[in-house]
Amino acid sequence: MKVYFDHNATTPLHPEVKKEMTEAMEMFGNPSSMHAWGREARANVEDARRRVAEFIGATQEEVVFVGSGSEANNTVLSLFVCASNMCIPGTRMRSTIITTKIEHPCVLETSECLAHRGARVKYLDVDRYGKVDLDQLEEMLGDDVGLVSVMMANNEIGTLQDIQTIAKMAHESGALMHTDAVQAAGKVPVDVSLLDVDFLTVSAHKIYGPKGVGALYVKKGTPYCPLIRGGHQERGRRAGTENTLGILGLGKAVEMRMQEMEEEELRLAAMKSTLKKGIEERIDDIHFNGHPVDSLSNTLNVSFPGAEGEAILLYLDLEGIAVSTGSACASGSLDPSHVLLATGVDAERAHGSIRISLGRGSTMQEVEYMLDVLPRTITRIRNMSTAYIKGGAHAASR
Amino acid sequence: MLQAGEWAYSEKLKEHFMSPKNIMQGENTDEFDGVGLEGNLQCGDQMMVVIRVDKESEIITDCQWKTYGCASAIASTSILSEMVKGMTLDQAFHISPKDVAKELGGLPDNKIHCSVLGDKALRAAINNYYVRNGMDDRVMQEQAKTVCQCMSITDHDIEEAVLEGARTYFELQEHTKIGTVCGQCKEEAESLLEKFKHIHFGV
Repeated sequence: MKVYFDHNATTPLHPEVKKEMTEAMEMFGNPSSMHAWGREARANVEDARRRVAEFIGATQEEVVFVGSGSEANNTVLSLFVCASNMCIPGTRMRSTIITTKIEHPCVLETSECLAHRGARVKYLDVDRYGKVDLDQLEEMLGDDVGLVSVMMANNEIGTLQDIQTIAKMAHESGALMHTDAVQAAGKVPVDVSLLDVDFLTVSAHKIYGPKGVGALYVKKGTPYCPLIRGGHQERGRRAGTENTLGILGLGKAVEMRMQEMEEEELRLAAMKSTLKKGIEERIDDIHFNGHPVDSLSNTLNVSFPGAEGEAILLYLDLEGIAVSTGSACASGSLDPSHVLLATGVDAERAHGSIRISLGRGSTMQEVEYMLDVLPRTITRIRNMSTAYIKGGAHAASR
Repeated sequence: MLQAGEWAYSEKLKEHFMSPKNIMQGENTDEFDGVGLEGNLQCGDQMMVVIRVDKESEIITDCQWKTYGCASAIASTSILSEMVKGMTLDQAFHISPKDVAKELGGLPDNKIHCSVLGDKALRAAINNYYVRNGMDDRVMQEQAKTVCQCMSITDHDIEEAVLEGARTYFELQEHTKIGTVCGQCKEEAESLLEKFKHIHFGV
């Protein structure tokens, strides 16, 4: 049996998306061209923009197509260190950015880079469930803060943040609000007017669309400066000839999300609950990471002390099951997940964690198969682990 | 499901990961003649090696292990346990991570790090055997030598940095801050850098 439980990493193309993209494969015109070929491409791009706008409750001119969620996040953060007084972002003179310790690396590393370029970056702590500390946010906010950037749902543990409240607090202090909704959009309802955010990031390949395309919502009238310059595309907000096929795929993907999301979430929630209960019943000494309630219904993060994440991942892989791990051994540095560490989980527990993320193709049979394979995998790893020798071993040789 | 050829690892490594050999059963280390433990759980890998030794010939007759770690860590301890059986204590003491990696059919560069604890644990077990048998004088300590006095960086730190990916002096400095004060140790550090690159990566 082949089981793909890694939908937070990426998703397969929705059959409808694949169909629409395949049919459009002959379309090669440049949307900027005025002739018939160009107009055909333009029409498709604008049709996708309309669908994306509807998907997040925005107007069409507020949607900028970009190359990825990472690019969208880089674009937003990079607005805030410009010393220029030639354009609007530079005149704001608010050079402090507030973000969280559990953001995606594309936010954290960009923030780090901006700090080298003179920005002040403050990182919000999270509680043991991964929720940001709103009291701390209140303390951090001030007239120096230009941007608050908080992810809507965490990719590793699935914890959802109260973006509406955070945006309200940011705006009251005069800061702009960005949320990285790459994991949330398409799994929970996202409406920019309800959330009242100024920027919002969406990625296509997390919602059964193609890789290499995303969308950035920029609220009308918000200061903006392109990250990629040198072209009038996207109304001068993102240079470079549009990824027409990708954009078309994104448009279809969000359309399918709007049709399928609600029903699918109920189905996934039931599967997650079965999975959680099954793991609890069949495996000793486990810890679930993330918020017990305010969490994506497709994401389950669990730690198995005594078993290392990569070993779990690869033994499951041998049985045909795909998951991911918070233990980044592949980098050679053995850094445990920054998200889990931020929630106060110790390094050992973080090393022994895996993330199971369900999706539209997941079935209850797959969950049952997982519940059959996982317990014996963990037992097998623990049987060969130093961490599971009672008492003596740790002191044995010293 | 990934097919064998698509693994980043060799067939041999995969085989030892899928069916590890000589896993220590039970928890009683007193049944063995020498016990060695290296690494710690917080860092993400820990290995324990236990040996049985024929007192007359000093030949290792049995080697078992437990490992907490990734696929490379599990496979390299497994293969190490096969390699040392039949070796004398002295021969076994001089097994290097490179020998283990070679036996495994090579390891990806970023995974060498995961395999170095096995031979360290083996040396600890051999030393433990000497201590238990009143041969304290034969215990060979892996003394660290300070290379950079200013930042107190040892040859072990340099080795560690190489295993973590440092290939140039600049990268070594990024990893360790070596030579960032007076800079007098640069020459020695560079020669150690080359030495450890050669030992672990054959370059």
